[in-house]
Amino acid sequence: MQHVALAILLIGTAALGGCSEGVLDPKGPVAAAERLVMFNSTGIMLAIVIPTILATLGTAFWFRASNTRARYMPDFDYSGRLELLVWSIPLMTILLVGGVAWLGSYDLNPPKAIASAVKPVRVQVVSLDWKWLFIYPDQGIAAVNQLTIPVGAPISFELTSSGVMNSFFVPQLGGQIYTMSGMVTRLHVLADHAGTYRGMSANYSGAGFSDMHFSVDAVPAEKFVQWVAATRTAGPVLDAQSYAELAKPSQAVTPFTYHAVTSGLFNAILSTAMQSSDPLCLTPPASQRAPK
Amino acid sequence: MNLLGKLTWSAIPFDQPIIMGASGGVVLVIMAILGWVTLKGYAPYLWREWITSVDHKRIGVMYIVLGLIMLLRGFADAIMMRSQQAIAAGGAQGYLPPEHFDQIFSAHGTIMIFFVAMPLVIGLMNFAVPLQLGIRDVAFPTLNSVSLWLTASGILLTNVSLAVGEFAKTGWVAYPPLSELQFSPGVGVDYYLWSLQISGIGTLLTGINFVTTILKIRAPGMSYMRMPVFCWTALASNLMIVAVFPILTATFAMLLLDRYLGFHFFTVDAGGNAMMYVNLFWMWGHPEVYILVLPAFGIFSEVAATFSGKPLFGYRSMVAATMAICVLSLTVWLHHFFTMGASANVNAVFGIASMIIGVPTGVKIFNWMFTMYGGRIRFSVPVLWTIGFMVTFVLGGLTGVLLAVPPVDWQVHNSAFLVAHFHHVIIPGVIFGVFAGYIYWFPKAFGFILDERWGRRAFWCWFIGFHVAFMPIYVVGLMGMTRRLQHYDVVSWQPWLVVAAAGVAVIFAGIVCQIVQLVVSIRQREKLRDVTGDPWNGRTLEWSTASPPPAWNFAVLPRVAERDAFWAHKVRAKHGQLAQAREYKSIEVPKNTLTGFVNAFFAVVIGFALIWHIWWMAALGAIGAFVTFLAFAFREQDEVEMTAETIARFNRAHPTEVAL
Repeated sequence: MQHVALAILLIGTAALGGCSEGVLDPKGPVAAAERLVMFNSTGIMLAIVIPTILATLGTAFWFRASNTRARYMPDFDYSGRLELLVWSIPLMTILLVGGVAWLGSYDLNPPKAIASAVKPVRVQVVSLDWKWLFIYPDQGIAAVNQLTIPVGAPISFELTSSGVMNSFFVPQLGGQIYTMSGMVTRLHVLADHAGTYRGMSANYSGAGFSDMHFSVDAVPAEKFVQWVAATRTAGPVLDAQSYAELAKPSQAVTPFTYHAVTSGLFNAILSTAMQSSDPLCLTPPASQRAPK
Repeated sequence: MNLLGKLTWSAIPFDQPIIMGASGGVVLVIMAILGWVTLKGYAPYLWREWITSVDHKRIGVMYIVLGLIMLLRGFADAIMMRSQQAIAAGGAQGYLPPEHFDQIFSAHGTIMIFFVAMPLVIGLMNFAVPLQLGIRDVAFPTLNSVSLWLTASGILLTNVSLAVGEFAKTGWVAYPPLSELQFSPGVGVDYYLWSLQISGIGTLLTGINFVTTILKIRAPGMSYMRMPVFCWTALASNLMIVAVFPILTATFAMLLLDRYLGFHFFTVDAGGNAMMYVNLFWMWGHPEVYILVLPAFGIFSEVAATFSGKPLFGYRSMVAATMAICVLSLTVWLHHFFTMGASANVNAVFGIASMIIGVPTGVKIFNWMFTMYGGRIRFSVPVLWTIGFMVTFVLGGLTGVLLAVPPVDWQVHNSAFLVAHFHHVIIPGVIFGVFAGYIYWFPKAFGFILDERWGRRAFWCWFIGFHVAFMPIYVVGLMGMTRRLQHYDVVSWQPWLVVAAAGVAVIFAGIVCQIVQLVVSIRQREKLRDVTGDPWNGRTLEWSTASPPPAWNFAVLPRVAERDAFWAHKVRAKHGQLAQAREYKSIEVPKNTLTGFVNAFFAVVIGFALIWHIWWMAALGAIGAFVTFLAFAFREQDEVEMTAETIARFNRAHPTEVAL
């Protein structure tokens, strides 16, 4: 049974070494910090967990009934010192991990803006059945199932959902956050390496869920400008009508872009979600839904 | 107007060979068993001695049988999921389309938690707690039978959904808005909700029953601090049931109002708030984990002490740790959704609250270790499960504390890493514990021990299979794989998922070993017979009576003067100081009743009718259930007298019972 701990370590190492994507291969400061928190917490706990496993196996083996050299102590059922020790060890461990968790919760809080000299790029995200809509309000363009971002600039996301809840997740950039209808969540990430990263919905949302992934293209700043310019020249317009068309359930949608977006569409999507066909409920309670 | 509501022939998926094959097979097996029972003339015996029984031991055994059968069903789902994910990589779609795959993972989670883990744990509590307390039955024996059969009703409805209609395609948590009528118009979510509402009432009644029993009825002299630790864990577990199952019932009731009467508790429109459901669900859901795992901790405690030939180390610490977990478990639900966008304060507080549960849990691990320290450990099968649990569970706990760190959770929430984590705590924590308890108490229930050789094989298959099946799931989780994927485009995940599927095959071998163990043991029961009533050199009161115990458990109620009362008695007996003399008095035992079974029949009728909107049938079912209640309320005789002569005769035939 000693092999188990070893096997886990080996598998872990193999995963670390062989990973070209995923949370252990961060491409931005947020994901890198989150990975560090993960390693720190794991390290603190392994320092106590591995000795515990070995001590358990050692105790069980030494005190086997057939071992005549082991001392039988049929009345050994209390020791104040040991009691103090058994409560202290996990308490100390949790104090350390708790500190890591406390600091990390504030430092990496998803709504917290990333300090940077570069002006953040705003992206409004809408999860639909079963695809992702990315609106660039400052550029006046939008894209489906493809997120293009400049390297080195903080990306400031506002996220919502057209109906069913999803979770926006780009493991290599860090920070997962739910998308919920009628509500806005916020997330800040930054890519410091150019590349293509996998993004996906992490929260099961129905039949088309398995294909609800997108690619994140992190490109140098000048290329991003070129991409914006190129996008503006071609493609359909995203307005209330074409949004209603897009919102109809569809699966495995090939990425495409919109060359123009009606201003205020994101807020319109938010408030549409609050409307009801039920005449008794036409006015939504403002207290619950209003975005900050 | 259609008299059968939404029910038509199209509800039965004749075009789906897998579903029709599976449900056809199940129906055939049930028919074969019923035919065999009838032909052999066992039916009256089963009715008289089991189905209408209110004896806690029989009810416990029936709970465990239900749980084990559902384990096979839930495991069949697991085989399908693992094999689907092993092949559906790149462009491949596998053999299960989304509408089928989505039902399978929803059913797997629902069945494994509600209809495997719960019946197994409740069954063991039913069997062992009154015996350990040195009493003759639970506080409300008929209510106990009602609980059992309501659980069976929920199980039946869930399984009917396989052939008639569909099951939920929402995941076992059934989060709205996906589970609302707008996005799930079919009957699947209704099957889920009504099955769990019906069985949930059964569970709540069990909670009330056991809290009352443990608090109010114990053998003379058994103060709280003299109770076996399993009884303490059962008390904690049932207190939590009483505290949180009403939350689940109320939450489901609100979702039902949304779906049936157009309410807007959790809808996306008209001021509904689906996130309230998520909060409420986990206010039940996190304590539920401890409802399952605490009794298993109790079993490990009993096994560690018994097979080490030593008292449990740090009994008071263990009790304190148990009750601490019981209370703390109510304060951590938010760690199931750190990704909802709560403030840093909220996330940090709930993260740390969750980790604090690791402290009493860690204390338990160390105390089991010190229980073994200085012992003479007999490596019987229950001990293998216990040590296997200890070394596995600490790593599962480690990943659990990792998930309680919000920044880590943001990276692995809803991923395969999470799936690996909760299997890494529930399989060793609950399932290993239940298996240890099953082998430990089997001789008490049936009078013969289970075959050791097959028991060891089963353990090693499960232990190795578990690691092969779930360690790769951690890896793909870190590689960015999310849960509930019917197919995936990242081919580098596939090798890991193939290994995981192989692990499931090894676990399957373990299950086969367990079935063989049972068959072999029954065939060789004369050889494996235990005539002492105390095959393991036990410490607690259940080992002082005959195996199987008579309906009245103890002819003379034991008098308890210390912890591990039976062990102390054996020590005294060795020194020639024997306790009280036998003097038999007549005993009243509760009379068998068909209330539980009939009530459950009407519960199935109500549930089925409501699922399919057959309103007249639901009304009839409700009337039937109420009449059953009236008939029970107006019963003339509720107890049977066992005369002193009957008891004396039993004890002459089974001289093993030791009077304390």
